[in-house]
Amino acid sequence: MNWQLYDTWLVITGALCAMACALPGAQLVLRRRSMMGEAITHAVLPGVVIAFLITSIRDPLVMLLGAVVIGVLTTVLVDFVQRSGRTEIGASMGIVFTTLFALGLVLIRAFADDVVIDPHVVIYGSIELSYLDQTSLFGWSVPRGAVVNGGALLINGLVFLVFHKELKLTAFDESLAAAMGFRPRLVQGILMAMTAATAVAAFETVGSLLVVAMFIVPGATAWMMTDRYGPMLVWTLVLAAATALLGHVAALVVPGWFGFEGMSTAGSMAVMSGVLFAAAWAFSPRHGLIARAVGRRQLSLRIAKEDVLGLLYRHEEGARSGDRPLTAGDLREALSVSRSIAVAALRGVRSAGQVTIESNRLQLTEQGRVAARSLVRTHRLWERFLWERLGLRPDHIHGTADRLEHFTSPAMIEELSAHDEGEDPHGRPIPPAED
Amino acid sequence: MLAEVQTDWWDSFVRALLLRDANTLWVVAGVLGLGIASGAVGSFLVLRRRALTADAVSHATLPGIAVAFMVMLGAGFSGKSLPGLLLGAFLAGLLSMVVLVLIRRTTHLKDDAAIGITLSVFFGVGICLLSFVQQLPTGNAAGLETFIFGKAATMLAADARMIGIASLVVVVMVVLFFKELGAICFDEGWAAARGWPVLALDFLLTGLVVLVTVLAIQSVGLVLAIALLIIPASTALLWSHRLPVVVLLSALLGGFGAWFGAMLSASIPRMPTGPVIVLACAVLFIASLVFGRRGIVQRWLSRRSLARRVDRQHLLRACWEIMEQDDVASVPLDRLIEWRSWSRRRVGVCLRRCTGRGLLELREGGAVRLTEAGRLRAGRIVRNHRLWEAYLIRHADIAPSHVDRDADAIEHVLDADLISSLEAVLGATAGSVPPSPHVMGGEGRP
Repeated sequence: MNWQLYDTWLVITGALCAMACALPGAQLVLRRRSMMGEAITHAVLPGVVIAFLITSIRDPLVMLLGAVVIGVLTTVLVDFVQRSGRTEIGASMGIVFTTLFALGLVLIRAFADDVVIDPHVVIYGSIELSYLDQTSLFGWSVPRGAVVNGGALLINGLVFLVFHKELKLTAFDESLAAAMGFRPRLVQGILMAMTAATAVAAFETVGSLLVVAMFIVPGATAWMMTDRYGPMLVWTLVLAAATALLGHVAALVVPGWFGFEGMSTAGSMAVMSGVLFAAAWAFSPRHGLIARAVGRRQLSLRIAKEDVLGLLYRHEEGARSGDRPLTAGDLREALSVSRSIAVAALRGVRSAGQVTIESNRLQLTEQGRVAARSLVRTHRLWERFLWERLGLRPDHIHGTADRLEHFTSPAMIEELSAHDEGEDPHGRPIPPAED
Repeated sequence: MLAEVQTDWWDSFVRALLLRDANTLWVVAGVLGLGIASGAVGSFLVLRRRALTADAVSHATLPGIAVAFMVMLGAGFSGKSLPGLLLGAFLAGLLSMVVLVLIRRTTHLKDDAAIGITLSVFFGVGICLLSFVQQLPTGNAAGLETFIFGKAATMLAADARMIGIASLVVVVMVVLFFKELGAICFDEGWAAARGWPVLALDFLLTGLVVLVTVLAIQSVGLVLAIALLIIPASTALLWSHRLPVVVLLSALLGGFGAWFGAMLSASIPRMPTGPVIVLACAVLFIASLVFGRRGIVQRWLSRRSLARRVDRQHLLRACWEIMEQDDVASVPLDRLIEWRSWSRRRVGVCLRRCTGRGLLELREGGAVRLTEAGRLRAGRIVRNHRLWEAYLIRHADIAPSHVDRDADAIEHVLDADLISSLEAVLGATAGSVPPSPHVMGGEGRP
């Protein structure tokens, strides 16, 4: 890999663009309006073309204005079609944005000769060429794309800072916000205008089709990592910047693996945002697949370990002299969990010093007996409560008590002890509490 | 000069319209079949509220096309065989649906985010693969880009035939499973309770959607393929809410839009097929939104006619009440205005409508009299009003001074059944108008 100043600027431009898009995008994801991002980014195309045709100058401000107007118009139109046609929101979005996008394409093709808009650039972006188009900023020569996207990021960041409270509240609870005197529809309008303007700023960098990835994916990935608004925005920005860096590195490295020369950086950025999402999906400590699977396994392991103790205690309790002590095989059969969990549970109680195994015979240690007794006590207190207080039939309560015994807090045991009459409904003694 | 250009495209339009050459004939037939199939399938998709999932599918076809191209090239074929490319697109579309369902099932993200992620990431992969394809030594891969925006004109007769036949299969499937697909759209729980395999039917619908989308990308392009599924169906829903009608109408609209758009773009230079088809469908949608049976104009008209009927009935009741209160045979206009506290103009307009219908007649000196028909009508309304008031007082425990407003709104919509049950509950005699339970009169009104 041959890294040059060109590459650095490319990553900076891409990162600024991705971050500028990701901020409003995170809000859209929170509001369950992600597809509004898709709709607006497609719909601004005719706005840009018309603004350009009318003024016939490529003034960025005019194009921006056209985009903002049509962005807000898209929201209004979607709303209008939804209400007056009684159309479902998804369908009305689909109708509005495909129509506007089609209009934009027809306009581009029809006037392509007279206009300096390159359809290819608008649609696919040209981040690779952004370094060539330099402009001066405070006497420094920097790529114009970096300035445009940086400006968008700056403005979006300011709006997010100034309207932090409004944006946060209306995203989570519109009716509360309305009741508190905020104006959810106005805030939403501002958000949509922001989305449209940012999309136009991003067009030349990543193109109108891939910009959706920059809007939605970092925000959704951030939501996989955290449930809090502030940290989510920080994650969003970090992920967006990472998307640009990884995207460009991948665009330099990956083609070589297959013997190609290079590939679209914008496309590569979209793919990398997907890779980051997949990583969060799998590894997020909070909502990730692995974390959840581990959590589930730990829970079933704890339950299995407690069940081992309970089974041994009950066996001990009912055992007459000469009865065969339980073996590991008996327990595995009685636990009705997968073999791996049963084995792990046995190993767990043994290493915790609660159970001893001698020539395949299981025996509770004193420490194990104490733990088991408290568990059986909880179980039988529950049975008593379910029978006496809730009026359930004695032959129907074992299963319920069996589940509840694993999730009973000390405070609940305290309360249940009020019904301690020494015996459960089946006539077995409730072991006394330890002191 | 301009006229020359015009006759030029007019000529080619007519030639396309009259199907002068064989290739055009097939292309038109293929596009027409495609429009019909997507219209039919689209109506189920829209009714199931899954309109935007098709957007994810259509964007996801791009990597499938690119991979299919490279695989076919690697296997020594030309790489541009449409059936092969569409097979790749179909598999990628199905894969995107699997990813979509997985995200929806295993995360807390909602449908919209799941669709957005699937759509943009698959499309990004497609763009990357396309940049590989363009570097292949065979070179002539540029044609793949037509899938993004569609180009019916590049279709060969054989391709069009295949698309037409596949569309026919889709239509046959829709007809065969019509009842079942309808059931999962309206009431999934009911369908499950009937013992129908809801999951399999859902999969069937998904498969049909993917198939139609894949067929559409050749002519409409993958960015706009969703339009052919959504717009005709939404248009049809503006005309009817009966499923067979909606599906049929949607199929016809889709067919027409696709055919007309393809025709127009074939005859006008520099008109991209996909966008023109979409715009043709959109024009039909907008027209239906305004003029459809459930459109804006219709709804405005019916609201207006209701408002007028309510006004008329209020005026007649006012006449009756004044005649009853003041014990007069005709009602002076000023008294009427004061009674209803309407503007003079509103009373005038409403009066004219009532006289036009022969319910009221004007007397000299600005007085109004009920005609025989008017007396009958007014009596019935006053009776409805008072029956409802009596019901509210007796059975809803509302004070007599508070019932007038409520009865004012309800008197217009009481049907014969309701009236007879009110009579039964209140023990009222048929035909007679009971006295008012509260103080009457314009100024003294509660």
